[in-house]
Amino acid sequence: MKPLRFVPDNTDIGFMKVAKPGFMASIAAVLASVVLFFTISLNYGIDFTGGTEVLVRPTPENAQTLTIDEMRSVVGGLGLGSTELQEFGGDGDVAIRIGLQDGGEEAQQEAVAKVKQAFGDRVEYRAVNSLGSKVSGELARDGLLAIVLSFIAIMIYIWLRFEWQFAIGTVATLIHDVALTIGLLCLVRVQFDLTSIAAILTIVGYSLNDTVVVFDRFRENLRKYKKMPFDKMVDLSLNQTLPRTLMTSISTLLALLALYTFGGEVLRSFTFIMIFGVIIGTYSSIFIGAPLLSMMGAYVDRTPKPGPGDIPAEADGTQP
Amino acid sequence: MLHFSKFKAFMVAIAVVFAALAAMPNLLSEQTRQAIPGFLPNQALTLGLDLQGGSHVLLEVDAASLKEGLSKQLVGDIRLKLRDGKIRYQGLRRTADGAVVTISDAADVEQAMTLLRELSQPVDVGMFGQGGQVQEFDIVQSGQTVTMSASQGGLESRIGRAVQQSLEIIGRRINALGTTEPTIQRQGVDRIVVQVPGLQDPSRLKALLGQTAKLAFRLLCDAQPQGPGGTVPLDCEELADRSEPDILYWVQTSRSATVDGEDLNDAQTGFDQQTNEPVVNFRFNSTGAQRFCRLTQANVGRPFAIVLDAEVISAPVIREQICGGTGQISGNFTVEEANDLSIVLRSGALPAKLTIVEERTVGPSLGSDSVNAGMIASMIGFAGVLLFMFVSYGLFGLFSIVALMVNLLIVLGALSFLGATLTLPGIAGIVLTMGMAVDSNVLVFERIREEVANGRSPLNAIETGFRMALGTILDANITTLIAAVILFGMGSGPVRGFAVTLGTGILSTVFTAYTVTRLIIAFWVRVRRPKTVPL
Repeated sequence: MKPLRFVPDNTDIGFMKVAKPGFMASIAAVLASVVLFFTISLNYGIDFTGGTEVLVRPTPENAQTLTIDEMRSVVGGLGLGSTELQEFGGDGDVAIRIGLQDGGEEAQQEAVAKVKQAFGDRVEYRAVNSLGSKVSGELARDGLLAIVLSFIAIMIYIWLRFEWQFAIGTVATLIHDVALTIGLLCLVRVQFDLTSIAAILTIVGYSLNDTVVVFDRFRENLRKYKKMPFDKMVDLSLNQTLPRTLMTSISTLLALLALYTFGGEVLRSFTFIMIFGVIIGTYSSIFIGAPLLSMMGAYVDRTPKPGPGDIPAEADGTQP
Repeated sequence: MLHFSKFKAFMVAIAVVFAALAAMPNLLSEQTRQAIPGFLPNQALTLGLDLQGGSHVLLEVDAASLKEGLSKQLVGDIRLKLRDGKIRYQGLRRTADGAVVTISDAADVEQAMTLLRELSQPVDVGMFGQGGQVQEFDIVQSGQTVTMSASQGGLESRIGRAVQQSLEIIGRRINALGTTEPTIQRQGVDRIVVQVPGLQDPSRLKALLGQTAKLAFRLLCDAQPQGPGGTVPLDCEELADRSEPDILYWVQTSRSATVDGEDLNDAQTGFDQQTNEPVVNFRFNSTGAQRFCRLTQANVGRPFAIVLDAEVISAPVIREQICGGTGQISGNFTVEEANDLSIVLRSGALPAKLTIVEERTVGPSLGSDSVNAGMIASMIGFAGVLLFMFVSYGLFGLFSIVALMVNLLIVLGALSFLGATLTLPGIAGIVLTMGMAVDSNVLVFERIREEVANGRSPLNAIETGFRMALGTILDANITTLIAAVILFGMGSGPVRGFAVTLGTGILSTVFTAYTVTRLIIAFWVRVRRPKTVPL
């Protein structure tokens, strides 16, 4: 059987020609994301705000009478400040979110007790999460720290392995991806919690993976075609790596779509972020990383340096 | 690149077999696992609380209550020291983190300072004690007034000790609940994590952990409040009733009017013979018995309060002296309340109040739903990726499928062997790894295709393809590994589970893509001597 080709061979797409509008659009999108973040902000979950979340499912005999509206009025009567009830998945589960209570750490526990008292045996308590301002503050700090740290660590790694222009290109790509992801999350109001941070860091990893593969090819071609104009060289490299870029994205998306569809409600926001991240990560290595590098191209040192994949020409015997 | 020494091929095979052995216990029942001979791995993956259901409670030593205890104790110690040294003093009182006293005679100040300095012990500071030693208290003298306050190091070492003691006491309390395999661990400087798998309703657990359980028998003051807002007499303290907080008592504070619950030997639930209501029977050790005997003897006919954590359980009248060393606490308990009270009394009092700062409970039904959803999603995702690889790369796709299977086996084996905990995000991590693992193969295959297009012979193209792709594979995976390591470092619980599977997945991906796939293709090349590359 002849394998199917999802991506045609020997493409010759002039990426650099369309790069400029793409680049401009991206800058606009990043700016819009920043504005969104500072205006409507993220829909932070209790991991970062503190508070209580109780996931309940009415027992079968109460399923008819205990509607979400009924629950809303019960919870509303408890005097717990800002509360929010939302259907969670399709099986009649309801997530009850209660804002951070005044009165320190113990007040959160009292809120849990009040909810349990109000519903008694009429519902099954599927999950209870409750934390005060102390822990949530630490989680927010650690989350931010993790993202910043990973950026720095990655930048150092890329800088050691490539030229500094590559490091700047990579980090600009990452910032673009994270900014757009956060912008999207502001828009769609998906809850932002600890697993969202995990998702963003995974996107960082994935986008990087993609960018590094493309940059690796730049580096190789830089040495191979010393006379080729930088723009052309970037286009050539992008076209050469295009099949791989798309194949990997498709297979990762396949795995993610399965998780999104069948992985249950708990994982849904996580996989949602990941799916968006994979798409944006693929886009950005072509339309952000490459044009940036092309702009800084004049400063790239094109004298040969031994790289990791390099084998001395005589041993190889196949130098073009 | 396609030449494998027999030794290398053998090592790869050994690694794969070992991974298979380590992954095996997951398929076996608990019973069969027990029967596995000791030299073989017999650990199965532990499911996280989010998958098997259970309760996670994070407790923090309450620094304020610790300081309060510390300053109370310090006042008592200063009083004793100065009295023994026959030094007259005035204005001895507690401060926020210590005590202050004024020496009456200026001539005594020098001697008083020497005595008070004896109260301060040197303590080790810094982790592993390499921070050297500092004094537990800072002592400042100004004129005839001496202020003692706990130093930073002194406070930290006290918090450390409190956490250590609490771990033991909590352990005893939880074991009395009879739950399966609770984990009780210190976290950070002043926190304790308690995880109880399978516990559906943690309210009783929280009740057990939430009380310090300091029991005391204290005489009531002569005057009693007529209502709220009265002026509390000297050497008295206002305490509320445990079941009816509106009822107030004035209770004596002096040590001579108090017998502490520290001197308890045992506490058991029982039933009152007349009323048949649940009570707690306790027994003093010899010190406690003697003190209780003396106190009751001297105060027959007067009421005393049984005080638990600054709440009055009951305030009976002493009818006769009690010298047998046993007693009974009754206070309209339910059976469960009486049981819990005897548990906490038996386990001992916590050195400081513990505050619940985080609770996460997952019911068993949500846990098993998540397991099912995770299984189905991974199988479908896995099947999708396999099909895609086969359709895109044909025979080589099949090779990569074998490599992917081996990869999965290694990930499961390594996680089981390391005793890692599998969480729901962890499952997502595995599925994601499978999707990304394909990347290494794609890199190699696409490179081989390019090299074929460049006019190389099949053998040469395969060789070059593997070699050229290696650097890229390493770069691409190391960067993702960096993200995983940082996630592991900052994350907790489920997120950490995700980092572990992602990190393990990356390592095993690099290994399988580079050795297993190559080994298979090398073997195929040797056997079939291909004229063209089927890509």
